Amino acid sequence: MSDLILDRISKSYGKTQVLSEASIEVKAGETVVVCGPSGAGKTVLLRLVAGVVEPDTGDIRIAGRSVLNVGPERRDVGMAFQNFALYPHLTAFENIASPLRARGLEAGEIKKRVDEISKLLRIEHVLGHTPRELSNGQKQRTSLARSLVRGPGVLLLDDPLRNVDAKLRYEMRLELPRLLRNFGSAVLYVTQDYKEAMALADRIAVLRAGRIEQLAPASAIYDAPESIEVARLFGDPTINLYPIRPEAEGGAAVVRLFGQTWRLPRGREAAIDRDCMLGLRPEDVRIGGDGHPGGVAFELEAVTPLNVRGVLYLRGPAGEELLATVPERDIGQFGRGHRRIWIDLPAEKLHLFDRQSGARIAPAAA
Amino acid sequence: MSMRKTNPIARALRALALLLVGLFFLFPIFWVLLMSFQTNQDILRIPPSLFFSPTLENFYAIISGKLVTSAGTLEVPFMGNLLNSVILSTASVAVSLLFGVPAAYAFARFRFRLGEDIAFTLLSFRFAPPLLVVLPLALYFQDLGLNNSYLGLVWVYQLISLPLILWIVRGYFEDMSPDIEHAFRIDGHSWFATFMKVSIPLARPGIAAAALLAFIFCWNNFIFALILASADKQPVTVGALAFVTASGIQYGQIAASIVLSIIPTLALALYAQRYLVEGLSLGAVKG
Repeated sequence: MSDLILDRISKSYGKTQVLSEASIEVKAGETVVVCGPSGAGKTVLLRLVAGVVEPDTGDIRIAGRSVLNVGPERRDVGMAFQNFALYPHLTAFENIASPLRARGLEAGEIKKRVDEISKLLRIEHVLGHTPRELSNGQKQRTSLARSLVRGPGVLLLDDPLRNVDAKLRYEMRLELPRLLRNFGSAVLYVTQDYKEAMALADRIAVLRAGRIEQLAPASAIYDAPESIEVARLFGDPTINLYPIRPEAEGGAAVVRLFGQTWRLPRGREAAIDRDCMLGLRPEDVRIGGDGHPGGVAFELEAVTPLNVRGVLYLRGPAGEELLATVPERDIGQFGRGHRRIWIDLPAEKLHLFDRQSGARIAPAAA
Repeated sequence: MSMRKTNPIARALRALALLLVGLFFLFPIFWVLLMSFQTNQDILRIPPSLFFSPTLENFYAIISGKLVTSAGTLEVPFMGNLLNSVILSTASVAVSLLFGVPAAYAFARFRFRLGEDIAFTLLSFRFAPPLLVVLPLALYFQDLGLNNSYLGLVWVYQLISLPLILWIVRGYFEDMSPDIEHAFRIDGHSWFATFMKVSIPLARPGIAAAALLAFIFCWNNFIFALILASADKQPVTVGALAFVTASGIQYGQIAASIVLSIIPTLALALYAQRYLVEGLSLGAVKG
């Protein structure tokens, strides 16, 4: 299995600089999600690796070998496109078999491998259909199967969940990391959706205006964003930002905000007398309720229930699937999954429905 | 598809309107078809009548190549003309496809120096009236020895078919997402395999439409063959002139020759139809 290295890649179209000095390293088996607003150069980045576009300067290495001026067909990459890019005149089977046919595998082997991957992606029943007979979800899986079937050293996924419905996108976010782990490819995944990035990434590369602003594990991106823009991109609702100017007071830095003086923790003295932005994540605001001496009084203007939680995908002793959610803040303790945890069912929270009629069976009045 | 509930009067009016439009456009062909089964006397009768005793004389004269007139029997090589038309049109379209489709692909996919100018120049061949070029061409052809040869005519016919195929097929290639080609390359196929196995099959409806149109335009050409070819290489359009004889115009034979010369293009159009429709329903890429 091979590593992918992008070494100070620059690319411009005419006068527009699309990428400048972008460097990313993806190890075999690692998933790096490139996240950024539209027009940041994400898709161009993937196309450069695929060999469809050549960079102006910089080097791209796959398995230690520079692939500049090597045709896409000889780069050992697989790619799933945002618009699926299936071959409309071929069946799903032939679409998936295409990378194997290109390598001249014999028919029996091709059939075996296509069957294998389509079973994994649960599209084995539509292999005889042409793309226009497939639902969007099936198209997306077919395109994913095509990119995976050969087990390429480098896998490029260009926002593959963009054009599928919300439910499927959600399922795939849970499924993809498990799937990708099976293949051991170096995965470069592009998305605009920060939640998708957080869900899938071993590391996230934040791309903005052609530059990598930060390349770090998801938690680091969220907890220690390197720039205002990174802080703004990750988090919903977005981070609160206030212009401030820290001052020195008793040897420490203090800021004036909301009519009060707040003491900053040690180590922030460098900010004294500089124009700064203060950021505060919405979930970090400590709410004191109606009466809270020492705090600042705010008027509560509106309340929007969102119920945002971290999602756990669990498998029971007999293979039963169970989805559980925990407060987003607590999700860190579960790492990236693959461990045993114990669960309990609160009896008073269980809902009962009649299987025939579907009607709720309400608890009898005591 | 469900039957729409509409006012029966509106429906009847619509049917009548369709009938009138159909009659208006098809009447000349219908009239020619009738004429082809009539003798010259029936045709020239005043007032004209729909009732006559049909005769196969016209078709017999054309197919046997012997035209009997009051002034004697004339040799008419009409079947040879028909064969010439088939050879010239088919060869011209084949040559145009061979050069035009790859060129259309290049114009659609790559930006190169003078690209647009070259494409426009090729299109501009269609602006110039053929009469403007045909006389100098005749002189050149005399010198080159291309006069009265299939090669020379097919070459000149490229003025008709090549721009047509180039511009129609180019549009089809441009409408095709390059991602599909990229995907095929990334799968491990060479660019040539990609062109043959993805680009051409996907543009097939466009290629079929363009080839059909080009074939009809070539088939209908009159002036190039009139000037640049003599009897043994002339297509039907010129060959029909033989029925204007010293002893009068043979309307019946002209009608029969028109009927015979419509058949190949009509058959081709009916055959190519399914390819034309096929492409419209290929949901290649989600928009």
